[in-house]
Amino acid sequence: MGGHAAFIWPALGLTAAVLILMLVATLYSLRSGEAALSRLKATREPRPGRRSPAPDAG
Amino acid sequence: MANLHRFANPNRFLRFSRVILPWLAGITALLFIVGLYYALFASPADYQQGETVRIMYVHVPAAWISMFGYSVMAGASATALIWRHPLADITARAAAPIGAGFTLITLATGSLWGKPMWGTWWVWDARLTSVLILFFLYLGHIALSRAFDDPTRGAKAAAVLALVGFVNVPIIKFSVDWWNVLHQPASVSRLAAPAIDPSMLRPLLIMALAFTFYFLTLLLLQIRAELTHRKVRALQLAQASAQ
Amino acid sequence: MRPKHRRLYFVLFGMAALGIATALVLSAFRDGLVFFYSPTDLVERPAEPGQRLRLGGLVEEGSVSRDGATVNFVITDLNQTVAVSFTGILPDLFREGQGVVTEGMMQSDGRFVASDVLAKHDENYLPKEVADALKASGNWREGAVDSTENAPQ
Repeated sequence: MGGHAAFIWPALGLTAAVLILMLVATLYSLRSGEAALSRLKATREPRPGRRSPAPDAG
Repeated sequence: MANLHRFANPNRFLRFSRVILPWLAGITALLFIVGLYYALFASPADYQQGETVRIMYVHVPAAWISMFGYSVMAGASATALIWRHPLADITARAAAPIGAGFTLITLATGSLWGKPMWGTWWVWDARLTSVLILFFLYLGHIALSRAFDDPTRGAKAAAVLALVGFVNVPIIKFSVDWWNVLHQPASVSRLAAPAIDPSMLRPLLIMALAFTFYFLTLLLLQIRAELTHRKVRALQLAQASAQ
Repeated sequence: MRPKHRRLYFVLFGMAALGIATALVLSAFRDGLVFFYSPTDLVERPAEPGQRLRLGGLVEEGSVSRDGATVNFVITDLNQTVAVSFTGILPDLFREGQGVVTEGMMQSDGRFVASDVLAKHDENYLPKEVADALKASGNWREGAVDSTENAPQ
């Protein structure tokens, strides 16, 4: 990569790092939200008989 | 009626996003593979810059997306303020951190390109400074819209900030034409033919498409995450008031 | 419907007012936003000796000469020229016919002593072979780099 590999590779690496970090953070946020949601639903609907369909079914 | 409208739309969006996300992710991956192949292997060195020109293939698309992302955020903010569309606030809020990420890439790769070519990491010329302002506008929006526990509270102030800051976008775009700056003028979006050889324009455009699809993928994921967190919050509040 | 329209006009009016205000402010501070001055600017409005400023333009073809660690060259905007001397390491892209931005002080003898030299690269991106072919066939029309017009006769 000529004499400037010391600038080209860090530029590409930094780009990849930020792009991947954004994806990981977004997926983490989505997963944690979904986990919290399913936990809430589990505690919300007690074991005996389901009285009504979940409110978010529609 | 207003309430019904409030719930129907996000759910339709969730279904839509579930269908479209795999496609978006697949196209993004494909574009990155092809784009990187052209950017790193199947394109020539520049007649003056040599191999360093390859930084352009990530710097320029990132810069485009950082402005596109801000436009998305400003458009969503205007929609939220005027039509009170339930998804608009969420879209603006979701776009901010992604746009900030792309702006960070723009600034960092620009610096790494400037050092070998210009002889400096940074100068306070109109182009570089206006991009730095864009970065701080994103950070300001993130801070404002997340300043309160209730996500709807900071939304209006953040939307106003997004709209006010939008004047910066044309300034970034035209700063290279309006003032003497160190940064070179536009190569692709000018009235005459682009000043880039086709062999270099090809990787640039493919990478730009890849960045665009990546942005859209992240945006949809982020909106979904945001919707999920709001649902969690609504359920928690309902539980708390039921007890 | 009505409040919706009111909000629409409010936002549109606000954006228009903001745009006009910004345009006014930017044109008022026009000089402050200029990153560098051209040789013509300096001839029209001479700077006081000892005032730090940036001077930008093209390195005139055939004007670069070295005197030990000091490099002397002439910056031109194809209209006026200013002689510059600089002691230090030049950036890679520094060459004759190439745009540069220098920072330094005007001396009383009309010479500009630079403490920093930055290369400005243009918006043209070409493979080396294409650039050579264009130059060889005489189709190289970059205007600024055209050396035949401004080379000292």
